[in-house]
Amino acid sequence: MTRVLRPALLLLFAVLFLIPVYVLVVTSLKPFAEAGPQQAWSLPAHWSLAGWRSAWTTLRPGLVNSVKIAVTGSLLSAVLGSLNGYVLAKWRFPGADAVFTLFLFGMFIPYQAVMIPLAGLLTHLELAGTIRGLVLAHVVYGIPICTLIFRNYYVTVPDELVEAARVDGAGILRTYAWIVLPLSGPAFAVTLIWQFTSLWNDFLFAVFLGAPDSWPVTVLLNNTAGSGAVAVQYDQQMASALLASLPTLLVYLLLGRFFMRGLMAGALKG
Amino acid sequence: MSPAPARRRLRKSLPGLLLVSPSILAVGLFVYGLIFWNTRVAVSGRHDEVSPYGFDKGRDFVDLWHQPSWPGAVRHALLFTAVFVGGALLLGAFLAFLMDKGIRGEAGFRAVYLFPMAISFIASGVVWRWLMNPAPPERAVGLNQLFHKAGLGALANDWWQDPGWGMAAMALPAIWQMSGYVMALYLAGFRGVPEELREAARVDGASEWQVYRYVVFPRLRPVTLSALIILGHISLKVFDLIMAIAGKQIITYVPAVATYVEVFDRHDPANGATIATYLLVAVAVLVVPYLVWSVRTERVR
Repeated sequence: MTRVLRPALLLLFAVLFLIPVYVLVVTSLKPFAEAGPQQAWSLPAHWSLAGWRSAWTTLRPGLVNSVKIAVTGSLLSAVLGSLNGYVLAKWRFPGADAVFTLFLFGMFIPYQAVMIPLAGLLTHLELAGTIRGLVLAHVVYGIPICTLIFRNYYVTVPDELVEAARVDGAGILRTYAWIVLPLSGPAFAVTLIWQFTSLWNDFLFAVFLGAPDSWPVTVLLNNTAGSGAVAVQYDQQMASALLASLPTLLVYLLLGRFFMRGLMAGALKG
Repeated sequence: MSPAPARRRLRKSLPGLLLVSPSILAVGLFVYGLIFWNTRVAVSGRHDEVSPYGFDKGRDFVDLWHQPSWPGAVRHALLFTAVFVGGALLLGAFLAFLMDKGIRGEAGFRAVYLFPMAISFIASGVVWRWLMNPAPPERAVGLNQLFHKAGLGALANDWWQDPGWGMAAMALPAIWQMSGYVMALYLAGFRGVPEELREAARVDGASEWQVYRYVVFPRLRPVTLSALIILGHISLKVFDLIMAIAGKQIITYVPAVATYVEVFDRHDPANGATIATYLLVAVAVLVVPYLVWSVRTERVR
């Protein structure tokens, strides 16, 4: 009985989970005339790429900005996270636990609670509305999660390795470069994927701190929602949503293994 | 303490401190400094963008409750949180339970349940706006049309535009996005229960259900706690999803959206900062005990 029931239930939920994907893909490939309510759930009678073409034209500036923000931001975050995690795991100082706890709280804060003064601060630094300003914000608020991932990874590196290098007279940076960095590949993969995904999907920072020139793809996508005055161009909207999600979906499909580990790190004690 | 070991200890810990100090400064300024400054704005009584900063002794924290949109926003956030956290937790745990014993095609199932997490709330908002379209039958797209076609017209409803239960519908996309994550957490939890323990209970004559009830589930409490904290803080902060599906409509107004509206539409920094402070307190009450507990138990281990 349960041998049939379990897979059947799992299959049912899988189908339910995939309904939005069906809608996205099918609607995005319909010509505008078919994308209305009449044939909402049917397959396209005529396949069309018009929605995708128009999505590409609308979103392109945002896609460029998102690439710049997410790539730069996640690289810088990973470097900082690696150094911090190394110190907090292997080169501890008095009060290291307190610092770590204070960092972790920064991971959970609602960013609304810093957004108003942050916008003012970025204006002072002449970074308001710029890509550099957004990258700065993402990197700073990414410090907690990146530090956490690296620290938890480095804790598993045997102390003896680091001690041996120290006894040989290597300083903190040389020990890092010789011993720790070469072992850090998996943690870098997890952090880069995690940060890339969250930076790419960010909307809050972008609307509070961005400007039309620096808006990432999420803001442009949200702006295509339209006013309701004209018939909604569902074909274009669905194509836009898919186009805006392709990079993170590809990362997830190709590197899902590391994506999972990043998720677990987010749970502190996964 | 003699000076020599103290100096040695300093020499040992100084390089580490130096290397982390840029991050300490950054987090200190951007997290704690700005939280302080935000609280300063909240009590400034500065309800437009030109007045100087004053001090209203925290009156805005009280006045806020008399504003027409605020109590509704709190109620919406609580209803959303209850449905989203409860729904994602139950669905995620149930999926993990179904997969616990191993199943053919497990990797595929996992991938399907988890992929929504890789998508932004904005993008999933586009498709869920379509799915939860409340238009009447002749113009309806989405699930309402599907219900009508399947002869289940009675199921068609106003979704998030329902004045009473709209926020429960709003939680559906969030459940879709996050329950795979909960599933992954629980699956790791299930698999972490040693097989010998289950076997021992079976030898003692426990039924398969009793094995779960008395051996497996009690060991999942830490997982449940982690999942609760993570879902809870996401839920209190929900912003993107609501902006994508409903925008700034009063019917789905929540504190996170309210901050945005106060700052950008009503140009009232004090109110925006007050709401943000309430949000912060709500999250802190949830998270701080958990953080202290995690770091402490880890040190003991």
